[in-house]
Amino acid sequence: MQLTTEIRKDYMIVKLKGELDHHTSEEARKKIDKQYFNNNLLNIILDLRELNFMDSSGVGLIMGRYKNCMNRNGKISIVSTNPYINRILKMSGLLKLVKIYDTIEEAIRG
Amino acid sequence: MVEKNNNRNYMKLEFLSKSSNESFARVVVAAFASQLDPTIEELSDIKTAVSEAVTNAIIHGYEYGEGLVVVEATIEDNRLDIVVEDFGKGIEDINKAMEPFYTSKPDLERSGMGFTVMETFMDKLEVESEVNKGTKVKMSKVFKSLSRKE
Repeated sequence: MQLTTEIRKDYMIVKLKGELDHHTSEEARKKIDKQYFNNNLLNIILDLRELNFMDSSGVGLIMGRYKNCMNRNGKISIVSTNPYINRILKMSGLLKLVKIYDTIEEAIRG
Repeated sequence: MVEKNNNRNYMKLEFLSKSSNESFARVVVAAFASQLDPTIEELSDIKTAVSEAVTNAIIHGYEYGEGLVVVEATIEDNRLDIVVEDFGKGIEDINKAMEPFYTSKPDLERSGMGFTVMETFMDKLEVESEVNKGTKVKMSKVFKSLSRKE
């Protein structure tokens, strides 16, 4: 899995590429949290468009970052267009808490 | 002599309970299932279900310790049966473990959705477990692609 981050205003944009499972989500969690807390950021946008696999460990990763953002009165958004990834997001009930967008620009506009 | 069924195939995979083997296990089962000419959705279903079962074996069965995980898959006509087995600590209360959102390890940011995902993506799910002996997860799925062609 590859992870890249970009900071735009108070948004931390995290792009995940490859496969997000238990093994890769632990690494992703450390990288995201380090950047988020070290740079004192508020909001997170998770770009999942280039993920080709995600299981419930990915859901756990998103839930944990959701809590971190809530604690700072920030928000987390997801950018995802892959139907198989959207299916598991929906099944987990996560979409009741987090909004899903087709593009990063739409996620920033909110 | 046992009558030969040409539509039957079988594989067995054994590996150490390392999280880096999660992707190995799901890719192997998906490659084995490819002879059933699955749709992308069916492949995604079994990859996800295998990933959940193997992750459970590593996190809960062995609690990150070293042990063996055994994955078996059998093809019978257009049905795929998968068994994921560990020889770890076992599950005390299977019904509770299978409840959506229940996790015995909330501190690890587990979603508690593993069994729910397996149940949703497969046609059948059965869990056998004995404390301090291990856990066996049995799952089946009928592939529609072959029957569609007939």
